[in-house]
Amino acid sequence: MSWIDLFRKTKSNTAVTAKERLQIVISHERTRNSQPDLISAMQTEILTIVAKYLGIPADKIQEQVRVDVERRGEHSVLELNITLPDALSVKN
Amino acid sequence: MTEVIVVTSGKGGVGKTTSSAAIGTGLALKGYRTVVVDFDVGLRNLDLIMGCERRVVYDLVNVVKKEANLNQALIKDKRLEELYILPASQTRDKDALDIEGVARVIEELKAANFDYIICDSPAGIEKGALMALYFADRAIVVTNPEVSSVRDSDRILGILASKSKRAEDKLEPIREHLLVTRYSASRVENGDMLALSDIEELLAIPLLGVIPESLAVLRASNSGIPVTFDQESDAGQAYLDAVDRFLGNKVPLRFVNTKKRSFIQRLFNTKEGASA
Repeated sequence: MSWIDLFRKTKSNTAVTAKERLQIVISHERTRNSQPDLISAMQTEILTIVAKYLGIPADKIQEQVRVDVERRGEHSVLELNITLPDALSVKN
Repeated sequence: MTEVIVVTSGKGGVGKTTSSAAIGTGLALKGYRTVVVDFDVGLRNLDLIMGCERRVVYDLVNVVKKEANLNQALIKDKRLEELYILPASQTRDKDALDIEGVARVIEELKAANFDYIICDSPAGIEKGALMALYFADRAIVVTNPEVSSVRDSDRILGILASKSKRAEDKLEPIREHLLVTRYSASRVENGDMLALSDIEELLAIPLLGVIPESLAVLRASNSGIPVTFDQESDAGQAYLDAVDRFLGNKVPLRFVNTKKRSFIQRLFNTKEGASA
């Protein structure tokens, strides 16, 4: 601490940054380690269903449907992102 | 009833061996018959920290491989009646350990009436570390207030919960204890170091103790005398407090707050512990 710091109001607080980064990485790794099979199995089935009903070709499915799992505090969030290529291409 | 304790962390260099030696010494000081086993095959250092490096003849691998019996390999501490060391081999590698051999050594130590068997784990999550934690009843997770150490501790907690004997046999899980080492209250106050409360919140296991960053730890390892013997020092007292808590006693935390410095001290930037 130098002379000038005594009068400086804003201090850098990298400890807060460290904690926030750790919260994210730890929760992510915990989910991945605790239920790797469940999530990948679910992911495969969801992809199959989406492909079937939206008529997305098998080779395109990976880039148009994204399944993510995230832990937020006490809850796990399963996120499903489907890019519809074109409303008209949806088959009934 | 013997308890098997693993001292582990995932990350290297956080103070596993220092803590194993200090806690083992603390338990022996309290009168418990204690053995500290070095599982760091190929990189043994517990002997050096405990000051018995010139008395090693046989080691853990010799006992596992039945090349020597337990009594030949056990080294009795010169200072404490109830304290023993089982050193690791310096010439072999971790593959020299196998689960049946380690199981037999643990059984023999139990039969030799030890109250506590402290397994000093090597760093990493490979074979040596897995062997050290496999038979544990309790785990002391050593963590520095620093991002990589906290992350690795969390990883080790996952392994304790899935790869230990207790997990495989579906018994009551290993009792986990958090030991924060190299803690600097002044750095925490300045916002440069993760606070104790942050680490507790992130890892979510009960706190066993906080060991302050201390010159006493370096001096202790220099001389091969576990820091617990230096009862004048902050680190020595902090380890003894941790041992008390380990035995189930309620002891208030010390060395987690900075001493208030006067304006004049701050002006001339006299650091805490600089003259210690």
